[in-house]
Amino acid sequence: MVSKSVLQEQMAKQEYKYGFVSDLDEDKAPKGLNEDIVRLISRKKNEPEWFLEWRLRAYRHWLTMKEPKWSNVTYPPINYQDIIYYAAPKPKKPVNSLEDVDPEIRNLYEKLGIPLIEQERLAGVAVDAVLDSVSVATTFKARLAELGIIFCSFSEAVHEHPDLVRKYLGTVVPFNDNFFAGLNSAVFSDGSFAYVPPGVRCPMELSTYFRINAQDTGQFERTLIIADEGAYVSYLEGCTAPIRDTNQLHAAVVELIALDNAEIKYSTIQNWYPGDKNGKGGIYNFVTKRGKALGVNSKVSWTQVETGSAITWKYPSCILQGDNSVGEFYSVALVNNYQQADTGTKMLHIGKNTRSTIISKGISAGYGRNTYRGRVQIHKGATNSRNYSQCDSLLIGSTCAAFTFPDIQVQEPTAQMEHEASTSKIGEEQLFYCQARGITPEDATNMIVNGFCKQVFLKLPMEFAVEAQKLIGVSLNLEGTVG
Amino acid sequence: MLEIKDLHVKVAGKEILKGIDLLIKPGEVHAVMGPNGSGKTTLAQVLAGRVTYEVTGGQARFEGKDLLAMKPEDRAREGVFMAFQYPVEIPGVSNAYFLKAALNAIRKYHGREEIDAMDFVTLVQDKAKLLGLDETFMKRGLNEGFSGGEKKKNEVFQMAVLEPKLCVLDETDSGLDIDALRVVANGINAMRSPNRAMLVVTHYQRLLDYVVPDFVHVLVDGKIVKSGDADLARNLEKHGYGWILEETPRPPQAARA
Ligand SMILES: Nc1ncnc2c1ncn2[C@@H]1O[C@H](COP(=O)(O)OP(=O)(O)OP(=O)(O)O)[C@@H](O)[C@H]1O
Ligand SMILES: [Mg+2]
Repeated sequence: MVSKSVLQEQMAKQEYKYGFVSDLDEDKAPKGLNEDIVRLISRKKNEPEWFLEWRLRAYRHWLTMKEPKWSNVTYPPINYQDIIYYAAPKPKKPVNSLEDVDPEIRNLYEKLGIPLIEQERLAGVAVDAVLDSVSVATTFKARLAELGIIFCSFSEAVHEHPDLVRKYLGTVVPFNDNFFAGLNSAVFSDGSFAYVPPGVRCPMELSTYFRINAQDTGQFERTLIIADEGAYVSYLEGCTAPIRDTNQLHAAVVELIALDNAEIKYSTIQNWYPGDKNGKGGIYNFVTKRGKALGVNSKVSWTQVETGSAITWKYPSCILQGDNSVGEFYSVALVNNYQQADTGTKMLHIGKNTRSTIISKGISAGYGRNTYRGRVQIHKGATNSRNYSQCDSLLIGSTCAAFTFPDIQVQEPTAQMEHEASTSKIGEEQLFYCQARGITPEDATNMIVNGFCKQVFLKLPMEFAVEAQKLIGVSLNLEGTVG
Repeated sequence: MLEIKDLHVKVAGKEILKGIDLLIKPGEVHAVMGPNGSGKTTLAQVLAGRVTYEVTGGQARFEGKDLLAMKPEDRAREGVFMAFQYPVEIPGVSNAYFLKAALNAIRKYHGREEIDAMDFVTLVQDKAKLLGLDETFMKRGLNEGFSGGEKKKNEVFQMAVLEPKLCVLDETDSGLDIDALRVVANGINAMRSPNRAMLVVTHYQRLLDYVVPDFVHVLVDGKIVKSGDADLARNLEKHGYGWILEETPRPPQAARA
């Protein structure tokens, strides 16, 4: 089967184009974690006392927690004392405006295709760029401010908008939620904060671009987004990291809160370095993302395209608390070479007439292991709630694996549940059929995979759907595109 | 256009084609008939480049070029089209998208630019009408949930759009109802031209009533044991293969051309 082995060989070739390292002068904490490090981070960020207290409580609680072992991934034990918990590029001079951003950093983001200037190409998108532990630039702030929209780095929000932070921080993902969320709460150094006031429809995509640059550092960022009554916001997150032999830990927390009649749409294109073709290096992406549809008629919608990371452990979830609230999860997760992903969602139906939709598309190639894990809970009193779940797996080659663990708990007799699942394989027959029509196996695979993902790509903001499509091709290492 | 000499092919270690000789010139229609398992599909698939069929001897030249040395996609781009006996389904990839990708891949190979979106729509509508396919079918996944007959129609439809030089049709008539057979046969006939050749694998005279072949070859146990004109097919329909097998076996002969 020449065509198949050629294809597998093609896919094993690593082609991660964001793997460069930028030579930045960084201000780093010593390796290891203890209360002093937590205090140091807090001091570096000049945080108020209440915030330090919160961190310390998180840290002390974290010490009593155990790393979760239930997921369907394997990795050597992580030495939490061997990680640097704070690294920040040293500003050459104080940064007061975008023009003051260090040219090296500006270069770095240019290379990533995210220019930190408010120029036309990205005119519809406001970017908050987070490098290692700190936010380095936020674009379009002034324009957003005119509408009362707050979009800034988390550290800035702690100083400028302490009431909002205090009111909402940890209300969706408390620090005792899980091991990685606890760790994040203790040591997170930055992230993005967004608040959209009542009745305002945010006119542009808000976007955070996360970048790990420094060696041996973990990245622990925290994002908090609040859509007040009747507000709407669409938010996009992208990530990359340099190619390194060692694994790097990324443990983020994202909290979304939608009040009455509000809607938050959160999209992720996750492209952390996945490791080389032998499984060496890559990011451990252990992330807690959760949205609370708190108000009546509110909506939280997750769309994720996960192609990076050596290991992904991630379940963007919705707590459907308000009556008539809606939760959505659209996901494409791709593993190639030795990547492992254990990802999915939780939909907790608490309010009446709540509805949720889960569309999960898992693609496995090489020696990848792809697990979908989903939980749908219909609580007592969540009358007339509905869930529709669809989990599809696509296998490329014969050395990869796909697993599906749906967990459905219904305590409400009026609930309506629908679950569909499928597993298919790109077979030699399909590829040959395409070849017999003049299409190369690489283009054919790309075409079949994109067809498989279409339902999810359609949910992404237009310009990012194109990116996602390209990214999938690159991650499978397929040259060229069709169409 | 196509010249096959002493072609030997193995499948899963077993010799299936045991020395095929065949010469097809532009404008000709050749029919290949023969009992189940005699190697007809094997011949078609080998011409299209399926790697599961291993060529152990002989050669095949297409317009003077070594066909067997080409990648399957390059054979298609050079103008060899095989209509599959069992077309595959590719869910999520629409017929329109697939066909456009195929057409553009072929055009690109010949240094032509991609087809204009509107031109493509017009082209596709014309050909779809020819085969009585309705509009919605283009938006559906490739052969996804198609009936057996619809899949066969789709093969001929693709052929009509891609306009190959050599059409290899593997039992395109099987599974078609009487009306569909006429439609498909008309589709095939519409493509007959002095520059195009066809190799039609079939079990039944009824297709050849419409698509009248210039030559008929009988394939038995991996060899062409008899070649003749359209009358040969009519005789086969009447008398079956028995009488050929009873004739003293002769060395396989090259097709008259
Ligand atoms: N992948 C395979 N593995 C093993 N044997 C095979 C394979 N493909 C074909 N064969 C065998 O090769 C022989 C010829 O098959 P082929 O499909 O060419 O016959 P055919 O003449 O097209 O028959 P039909 O009229 O039934 O379509 C058969 O005996 C078949 O079982
Ligand atoms: Mg056959």
